[in-house]
Amino acid sequence: MQSIIELKNVNKWFGEFQVLKDINLQVSQKEKIVICGPSGSGKSTLIRCINRLEEHQKGDIIVDGITLDANTKNIEKIRSEVGMVFQQFNLFPHLTILDNCTLAPIWVKKKTKKEAEEIATKYLEKVQIIDQAKKFPGQLSGGQQQRAAIARALCMEPNIMLFDEPTSALDPEMIKEVLDVMVDLANGGMTMCVVTHEMGFAKEVADRVIFMDEGKIVEEKPTQQFFNNPENERTKLFLSQILN
Amino acid sequence: MNLVNWTRKNLFSNWHDTLLTFIILFLFYISIPPLLSWMFFDATFFGTSKKDCSGTGACWVFIQVWLKRFTYGMYPNDQIWRIDLAFIIFFFVIGAYFFVNTKIKKILFIFLTIIFPFLAIFLFHGGLFGLEEVETRVWGGLFLTLFISVFSIIFCFPIGVLLAMGRRSKLPVIRYFSIGFIELWRGVPLITVLFMAAVMFPVFLPSGTNLDKLVRVIIAITLFESAYIAEVIRGGLQAIPKGQYDAANSLGMGYWKSHILIILPQALKIVIPGVANTFIALFKDTPLILVVGLMELLGMVNMAKTNPAWLGLATEGYVFAAIVYFIFCFAMSRYSLRLEKQLKTSN
Amino acid sequence: MKILSKTLNKINIFLENNPKITIYFPQFLIILVLTIIISYFSLNASTNMAARGIETGFAFLKNKASFDIQFSLIEFDSNDSYARAYLVGLLNTLLVSGIGIFFATVIGFFVGIIRLSTNILASKVAEAYIEIFRNIPLLLQIFFWYFAVLRLLPSSENSLILFDFVFANIKGIYVPRFVWTNFNFLTYGLVVSILAIYIFRFYSKKKQDLTGVQVPTFTTSLIIFVVINLLFIIIGNVGLSLTYPVLETNRGIHNYSGGVSVIPELIALAFSLSLYTSTFIAECVRAGILGIDKGQKEAAASIGLSKSQILKLIVIPQALRIIIPPVTNQYLNLTKNSSLAAAIAYPDIVLVFAGTALMQTGKAIEIVSITMLTYLTLSISISLFMNWYNKKNSLTER
Repeated sequence: MQSIIELKNVNKWFGEFQVLKDINLQVSQKEKIVICGPSGSGKSTLIRCINRLEEHQKGDIIVDGITLDANTKNIEKIRSEVGMVFQQFNLFPHLTILDNCTLAPIWVKKKTKKEAEEIATKYLEKVQIIDQAKKFPGQLSGGQQQRAAIARALCMEPNIMLFDEPTSALDPEMIKEVLDVMVDLANGGMTMCVVTHEMGFAKEVADRVIFMDEGKIVEEKPTQQFFNNPENERTKLFLSQILN
Repeated sequence: MNLVNWTRKNLFSNWHDTLLTFIILFLFYISIPPLLSWMFFDATFFGTSKKDCSGTGACWVFIQVWLKRFTYGMYPNDQIWRIDLAFIIFFFVIGAYFFVNTKIKKILFIFLTIIFPFLAIFLFHGGLFGLEEVETRVWGGLFLTLFISVFSIIFCFPIGVLLAMGRRSKLPVIRYFSIGFIELWRGVPLITVLFMAAVMFPVFLPSGTNLDKLVRVIIAITLFESAYIAEVIRGGLQAIPKGQYDAANSLGMGYWKSHILIILPQALKIVIPGVANTFIALFKDTPLILVVGLMELLGMVNMAKTNPAWLGLATEGYVFAAIVYFIFCFAMSRYSLRLEKQLKTSN
Repeated sequence: MKILSKTLNKINIFLENNPKITIYFPQFLIILVLTIIISYFSLNASTNMAARGIETGFAFLKNKASFDIQFSLIEFDSNDSYARAYLVGLLNTLLVSGIGIFFATVIGFFVGIIRLSTNILASKVAEAYIEIFRNIPLLLQIFFWYFAVLRLLPSSENSLILFDFVFANIKGIYVPRFVWTNFNFLTYGLVVSILAIYIFRFYSKKKQDLTGVQVPTFTTSLIIFVVINLLFIIIGNVGLSLTYPVLETNRGIHNYSGGVSVIPELIALAFSLSLYTSTFIAECVRAGILGIDKGQKEAAASIGLSKSQILKLIVIPQALRIIIPPVTNQYLNLTKNSSLAAAIAYPDIVLVFAGTALMQTGKAIEIVSITMLTYLTLSISISLFMNWYNKKNSLTER
């Protein structure tokens, strides 16, 4: 299998503080990985480096054959192929849900308005909020907003989807509707990197689970093995805390 | 090495930053040396008359000679100790406030807000217990600036609280009266209110009563600023979560009890920075009393510069006044900014 | 003490049993007190007026003003009425406010953006500018520019001459007057070019909607504007000549005439108002830009928008929503602050009407009320506009 994301010895510092320490990771096409770990372990920073919302200082990140460095052209190309979903949704509050979705297809992919709206309609139907298309983000519930955000990312028809704790800011009763959309997406064959604490989701869809602590990848295993016989003490402790 | 990195990052990180840096440095180069030589190197600091100013720079002799007038107005020289005494007490109490425990703090607070104002007025005005009377028309200078701003803020505070509560009242007459009152004063410039105090108040009072000009001005400023204070306090009342009102009601408290014991203490704490900002605005507005003939600091400078023996020294006078106002306003605004930050972190 | 608390208790119980009283009594009391105060004041006023032999009413507005106004946008001489003097003052107030608002906005946005610059030196200079000009009383700034700076200008015969066509002296600043021939054609050109740009924008938007092709709107608009206006100027044979101010000596008094003169009072006032208000606008701009969540820019970047697209499509539309209401409020403050004109004798509404006219007629109540009502009308219409704007643009929340 060909790897679509490749991280080699990636290091990153915030000032004096090292957030990522020698990260090595490969993600294959259509693979689904879940990254978990205690807060402050660097897992969000890691996936934010993949579409260069954060810059790494040492090592190489290669996405879809393109090496990420200070070259701006590459970054925008990468970003249009890598969709990202944020913890806080980050929908544009001054645009309707439909306009949120058509914005990038129109301005980045230079689609006509009609084409863009067709794409948007397709994905809004997929996440089941087509009836909210004319509303503004502020009028939607958290779960609906997060599904709209997923649709917005999908409208760029990305090869890879990154999820940064997509359900952490949601009320419990809304988590399921978002996870359902994500499971559906996974079944459709999307390459996905998901930072989450939803272990049920990990068990259901992940091919591999990665556990991070203090900026390092502590454990990396196929899902079954990860849950059934974790090796590292910290992983065990984390799992026991989060599963109970 | 660190310094080089810092400079590169903060001053020359790209071509327009570099350009901006050079433009600013060039502007400094052409403006600062002449400014410094005018203010300090070529200036005359000591002397007794304009003739002593031989240098090409500023004539600070003007300020030195007139300093007493700028500070106290035309207040009689042999009585100035009374003003000094009041301000020494004032600053001593405020200074002490930071070093004593809560119980004494309460006493000091009551002293400062209730007893001290009367004491100060007695000291400034006299006419009782053998203290010579000093008419308000000779009051002036920085002393008058501080007097008017402090007394106006003390008076407009309770009015502001009532108006803010009135604007949130469920009783329509009270609500609309408060809205009308607040929006009236907020909608007009202070200068027209001062005109009103000067020419309209006498018409409305029974003939023969002669309300002191300073009193009229303080009433005018109080009416005007209480509208602004009311809006600040209303903001604080709105910020109190509804749960607090419900909790107070569930304890069986009525409107006044719940406001005095529960709501106002919390709301007033939130609005301290806002009140401080209103006070700064009020302080900056005091020079306007010039239009009705009262001479606070700026008024005194304006008068001194027309004195035949001191003609042509307007710049020095205004620069001096500007520095004094700036020190007061800047210090207060920094203090209110700090309070704001403290409030934010404590929540 | 005991009796007092007992009676208080009784009152409380009584009020609890009759809840309507707690609703009607305070309102009744307020109305009563207001009526008493107002009637007391009006009674005093009418006796005072009668004693001084002053008639009340607004008939005086038609009377001859018999004073001159140094600077006016419309024709005015001492034979005109008080009503016209009021109009002259109002127009002068609006003039200085308009100039002040324009420059305060330009400077304020500039300083506010510089304040957020990554260049530390620039950001600190902007901060110093803001702190200095907002912490010095406006009246002092007006006096400084008027009495200390503009008074240093030379007398008419020794005018300071800039670029050979600006003449500055103690009586004001003189610039050439534009004399146009066939000016109409230039107006037509302007109208046509603006229409053309509007149509172009409409079609380019439509084209983008239909085909996805993006046309550089700004550059094209600029080209359309320049080309159409040039065409009109050439076809219409529009000519421009300048009448230069000329120094004339009349019985030993030197004066410039022929150009456009701007009186020093107007310059000092507009200058100080702009500088003072620009500091507040700069802070609004800064708060508006900082008020946009970092996540918004990240989300925009994550769907592939370029830096300039993020600015155009995400940052500016959201920042303007935050900035416009407080800036409108600053415009209102500037207009109210323009009343400080009276202190340096710029003939605004306060000086002309609440000053000179009041002094002559003695009609304190009428004149002060009209003046206050004028400002109140301005304030209320601006706040109505602001409410409308906020309602229209507020992000709909759940």
